[in-house]
Amino acid sequence: MAVPKRRTSVTKKNKRRAHDALTSPALIRCPQCGEPRLRHRACPSCGVYRGRKVTEARGE
Amino acid sequence: MRHLNSGKKLSRTSAHRASLYRNLVRELLARDRIRTTDAKAKEVRRFADRMVTLGKQGTLAARRRAIAFLRDPKVVRRLFDDVAPRFAERPGGYTRVIKLGTRVGDAARLSMIELTGTSESVESEKKRKRRRTKKTSTEAEAAK
Repeated sequence: MAVPKRRTSVTKKNKRRAHDALTSPALIRCPQCGEPRLRHRACPSCGVYRGRKVTEARGE
Repeated sequence: MRHLNSGKKLSRTSAHRASLYRNLVRELLARDRIRTTDAKAKEVRRFADRMVTLGKQGTLAARRRAIAFLRDPKVVRRLFDDVAPRFAERPGGYTRVIKLGTRVGDAARLSMIELTGTSESVESEKKRKRRRTKKTSTEAEAAK
């Protein structure tokens, strides 16, 4: 079975992971209720999208 | 290359997919607005727009083609008499998809698809229930 000859050095490991960083989602403040929401989504806390109520708000 | 590829398979056989679209389009035309996964909503647009176009043609042949797809004369009647006239001035783009977020159970992306021009806001579930009970109580009184 193929097996590593040398263990991966800390440097090598860290270099490999240099491009693995996650990006945070582009959140914006809902113009209606001020809660953070994703772009192009109805606001999960007030259910409004582009000035119109399109879904039930949480706990409504 | 994605030449000649259109639409999504949605992990279904062609017959299963066809009846899924049928059911979704029928409910959309009957209710003006439905909630489903984003992928399904986006697929439904094609067929819903096609049905509205048939409705605008308004001929007997168009009506029969609509019945052939929807298989529900009641919904086809609503499509031809109530839905299509609303779009008389609109050259296509009869549906609108709004993303709603993710479902709790499987984190599927949900969307709401509606016929454009269905402008009033969504009533809350409570209000809708209240209206339904009110209606049934008045009907009960009328029955007396």
